[in-house]
Amino acid sequence: MDQAKHKDNRIWRVRPEWPFLLFLVFVVAAYLGLLLLMVGANVLTISWDEAGEILKDPDIQHSIKLTFVTCTVTAILSVLVSVPVAYLLSRYQFRGRALIDTLLDIPILLPPLIVGLSLLILFNRVSPSDCCWMLAGGFLLAAIFGGKGLVRNVTGGLVVLFGVGAMILSVSERSLEDVVSGVGLPMTFHPLGVVLAQFPVAAAFAVRTMRTTFDQISPRYEEVAMTLGCNRGQAFTRVVLPLAGKGMVAAGTMAWARALGEFGPILIFAGATRGRTEVLATSVFLEINIGNLPGAAALSLLMILLAVTTLLVVRFFVGRGGAA
Amino acid sequence: MSNPMLALEKVTARVGRFVLPEFSLEIQEGECVALMGPSGCGKTTLMETVCGLRNGVTSGRILLDGVDITSLPPGARGIGLVPQDVALFPTLKVRDQLEFGPKLHGWDSSETKVRVEGLALDLGLEMLLDRSPGGLSGGEARRVALGRALALRPRLLCLDEALTGLDEARHTEVLAVIRKMIEREGVTALHVTHSKREAEAIADRVVVME
Repeated sequence: MDQAKHKDNRIWRVRPEWPFLLFLVFVVAAYLGLLLLMVGANVLTISWDEAGEILKDPDIQHSIKLTFVTCTVTAILSVLVSVPVAYLLSRYQFRGRALIDTLLDIPILLPPLIVGLSLLILFNRVSPSDCCWMLAGGFLLAAIFGGKGLVRNVTGGLVVLFGVGAMILSVSERSLEDVVSGVGLPMTFHPLGVVLAQFPVAAAFAVRTMRTTFDQISPRYEEVAMTLGCNRGQAFTRVVLPLAGKGMVAAGTMAWARALGEFGPILIFAGATRGRTEVLATSVFLEINIGNLPGAAALSLLMILLAVTTLLVVRFFVGRGGAA
Repeated sequence: MSNPMLALEKVTARVGRFVLPEFSLEIQEGECVALMGPSGCGKTTLMETVCGLRNGVTSGRILLDGVDITSLPPGARGIGLVPQDVALFPTLKVRDQLEFGPKLHGWDSSETKVRVEGLALDLGLEMLLDRSPGGLSGGEARRVALGRALALRPRLLCLDEALTGLDEARHTEVLAVIRKMIEREGVTALHVTHSKREAEAIADRVVVME
């Protein structure tokens, strides 16, 4: 007993913590150092006169404008799609939820070239009738395996809708691109195609961000709102959406930044036609192709500045206010 | 004896993997009943089932003032809820919390104003009406949640361990406020609690779930 008491009163030996701190600092310094060296390499390569010239080039100015417009449209579309998708996955339990969750990550995992190639084949080799058959088949599987009640009724209705649509559209052999061009929405090798090429990956990142946002908002708020007379939709719009404001800004930023860096799908699906479908990422590629490394470095630096500015602006606004 | 305000007739429910065993209960109009029981016995599940937040009733009926509400949505039941975590809407000021229900139900503005100011006076919230939930103490937040639940003059008030986490002084204070409001509003109440002392202090009758 005395011995035990004696041991309890001793000052225990603890190893010093500086080796662990040194390890942390070393890893952070190495990683940050690499990033800074990459930016610094661009700065050293730039000829400031040539950089000025290239920024005055009308094609590059068009590229900068198109980049801003397409990234902004893609970010808005991504938020509009990601909010309901993420809310459904966050709040509802249904059979096949894990499968849908996995499918939504596919654009993130796929090589970018394959996203572009898939869009190109879809719009130029597949007819609207085939699209309807494929969608009808997908919803038929969902209706069979996806549970009961409302889910089965909705998916069953979509099977009928797309099945009938497929039969009606089967009289025409035209491709999807011919049809959308016919209604004034050309996609392939067109600025609208840039948005469509940016959208799948940007939206996938936005869905991830919104899913985290909704998971962090307690469902109790909606439940209390529902006891006060709200239906699900009213509880969502009056209570959840105001709380998800910061998350929506973060999702939009993530989508915008992702769209800014998109290259492969745009090159394959929308092309890199100067003054038409060229965005900053493809401008860098075109400048390298013609051997203008200082020009490519200047455009790269511009993209880095845009990305950093976007992140700083968003962090400033998100950090300042709003709930959640 | 008159018809009960709340009657659970051999209710069984399944919520996820949890199965609520058959349970019957009657509460008379104006009565305050405390529901006690060991952790995991299904007190909160039962209360959420009464409020319509868990659509898991597998047999039996829930009657409120003689009307079968078993399959009604939560908002149509006329039940006010004060949850354990209070769940004040973080983006709304105290006044907006109290006005939430009346505005949703289309009360005219003068009626809403009179009701909200009356509740604020009774609950001691007059000076807090323009404050956000983040600036409230635990006791103040409970009083706001109570006011929000009572604003629509519900037929039944459900309190789900609403005093958990308060220190001794605030606990006594809020307990007294709840008791006073139940009597003043003449509302029937179902109060879930772990504390026998709390149950005896607030309730006319204590029911123990096995």
